[in-house]
Amino acid sequence: MDERAELDKHEQERRDFLSRLGSALACGAAAAATAGSVAPRASAASGESDKPAIPGYDWTKHRYAFGVDATKCIGCLRCVEACKKENNVALDAHHFRTWVERYVYLEGEEKPRIDSQQDPVNIEASGSEREYRFANRYQDAAVEKAFFVPKLCNHCTHPACVQVCPTGATYKTEDGVVLIDHTYCIGCQYCVQACPYGARFFDERRNVTDKCTWCYHRITKGMQPACVEVCPVGARIFGDLNDKQSRISQFVQNNRVYVLRPETGNAPNVFYVGTDKDVN
Amino acid sequence: MEPLFHASPFTGYVYPNETIIPWTLLIVVYPYLTGLVAGAFTVSSLYQVFGFQRLKPVAHFALLVSLCCMIVVPLPLLLHLGHPERAFNAMITPHTTSAFAVFAYAAAFYVVLLILETWFVFRPFIVREAQQKTGLLSWFYSILALGSYDLSEKAMRYDRKWIFALAIIGMPAAHGLHGYVGFVFGSLKSREWWSSDLMPAIFLFSAIISGTALLIVLYVVMCKLRKVPVDVPCLKGMAFALWGFMMFTLLLEGVEFASLVYRGREGIDIILQFVKGPLVIPFFVLQFGLGSALPLLVLTFMIWRGTNGKPLVAGVVACASLVLLAVLMMRYNVVIGGQEISKTGKGLLEYHPPLFGREGLLAVAVVLILPFVLLAGLMRLLSPWEETGTTAGFSVAP
Repeated sequence: MDERAELDKHEQERRDFLSRLGSALACGAAAAATAGSVAPRASAASGESDKPAIPGYDWTKHRYAFGVDATKCIGCLRCVEACKKENNVALDAHHFRTWVERYVYLEGEEKPRIDSQQDPVNIEASGSEREYRFANRYQDAAVEKAFFVPKLCNHCTHPACVQVCPTGATYKTEDGVVLIDHTYCIGCQYCVQACPYGARFFDERRNVTDKCTWCYHRITKGMQPACVEVCPVGARIFGDLNDKQSRISQFVQNNRVYVLRPETGNAPNVFYVGTDKDVN
Repeated sequence: MEPLFHASPFTGYVYPNETIIPWTLLIVVYPYLTGLVAGAFTVSSLYQVFGFQRLKPVAHFALLVSLCCMIVVPLPLLLHLGHPERAFNAMITPHTTSAFAVFAYAAAFYVVLLILETWFVFRPFIVREAQQKTGLLSWFYSILALGSYDLSEKAMRYDRKWIFALAIIGMPAAHGLHGYVGFVFGSLKSREWWSSDLMPAIFLFSAIISGTALLIVLYVVMCKLRKVPVDVPCLKGMAFALWGFMMFTLLLEGVEFASLVYRGREGIDIILQFVKGPLVIPFFVLQFGLGSALPLLVLTFMIWRGTNGKPLVAGVVACASLVLLAVLMMRYNVVIGGQEISKTGKGLLEYHPPLFGREGLLAVAVVLILPFVLLAGLMRLLSPWEETGTTAGFSVAP
């Protein structure tokens, strides 16, 4: 009888232990779930408390967009240089917040020859990875058609990069810009993979992901992004779609604009004029 | 000093930011290890849940293999992170739309489950050691016993219920964990090479075959080390499982590749150029030919001829080793291959892994060896070969 009681006692102890273990696990999961729901990062920056602390700036009053008139671009690459300097981007051939592509159709060839300032031939022509130049490599060829296409982050309405970020370090602001909190990014580079436009890169100096912000530090003070400001031909247009008289509103209204890779469903906010079937 | 980054040479046109491959060999090793976890757990569960008695000799060993691999799984991810010290950000504020955000929770849940099941399975051994050993070891096993020394039939029946329940929960957990790893890749629309609904299933089945293959190799090696004869029915059981799951894996991989080519969406030209060029050796020769078709043929031949004895052991171990290579190559071809095809659909990159550094070949080798070091250590504490008195199968189901 005593043995029986002893057995029951042991079993009861084990049951109690397992029960307590189960409760502890459940509590842990609940606590974590609660933390997730109240954390500002997880809310994709939509609440009042997430407003940027910029004096006199209300991000709910703007809806930014960017325009590229590829017919105007002359491939001078001053935008690339200005962006690198303005935003402290690594001065090499592997990190760009913005870049320019050159499409050249030669006689007798079906597909275009495409290069960008990071192409080894162009770097050789400029003499340094810090200098940006398109080499005159087609001067002796029979060129049928050629044009330049500036590229940058599309600040998509449904950004795939924001979707995949495991911590919410990258988020969409109320005024339509996709930003990264560099103090919160864990550097997993899932967003780099998810962006179909190759707009994101990993900054090895800070071990976080980086990309174009449309010069958020400038535009929230009423200035233009650096690349727009330095463009000598007005190929880059930036502004507020809420302002019907802004250059970007006029650009979108007066042109038949196109976005890159519409099939992804990302809904980009960089609108193009003058691209071609081979541009994506 | 180690360079800050390793740029990859390219042909055609690639986006300027693509020349540094974001996910390196560590991200090849990560799904490989989770695959071994899921596969080994499956073998263990075939005995614990479905009562495949012939797998009994490896059932407890499989659990230890699974546990040791699972403990190491987060390591390649942490090594890869730019800020590993912020890794918990994903747990504190999980971004609900991210496929990656649940990983930490899923992995933590699964580790707890594995530890619990291991404890129940080895409890009789722990109790005996606690009672028989003296000194420090006795003290150590007493702590492991958690104050529960009852080995009566009633207590064992109670334990078996728990083992059965944990194995039942563990099956979908292990398979879910690995299917989800496939989803991490398959759900990305930016890369045609990855973007496939079949990816989770392919990852899952290749996981099962890799785990089974690993158990075959480790079991035979352990028999040789322990100087005991190989349990042929058990080995045959694992070989049958390997053969069966390989059929599914090959079929799924074949269908996935065929649909990719048949759909022929934008970028297929460059994919075909990649497949016919740089991918011939890693994909067709190593993954499909040497690692899949050859072992499948050899296994089929042995089953057909009724091979037995030493030739069977040698043949099955050789096939299992090739399957381990094939699955590693599959992970490599998916993870690295996917990034070698430019998102532009107009260019190809060449990844050359560095030898040193956090993401170098040496670090990868250490990560791959670590589970076996852990296993060697754990096997000194918990012997998976002892008769522990637990039986399995439907007969003990609650």
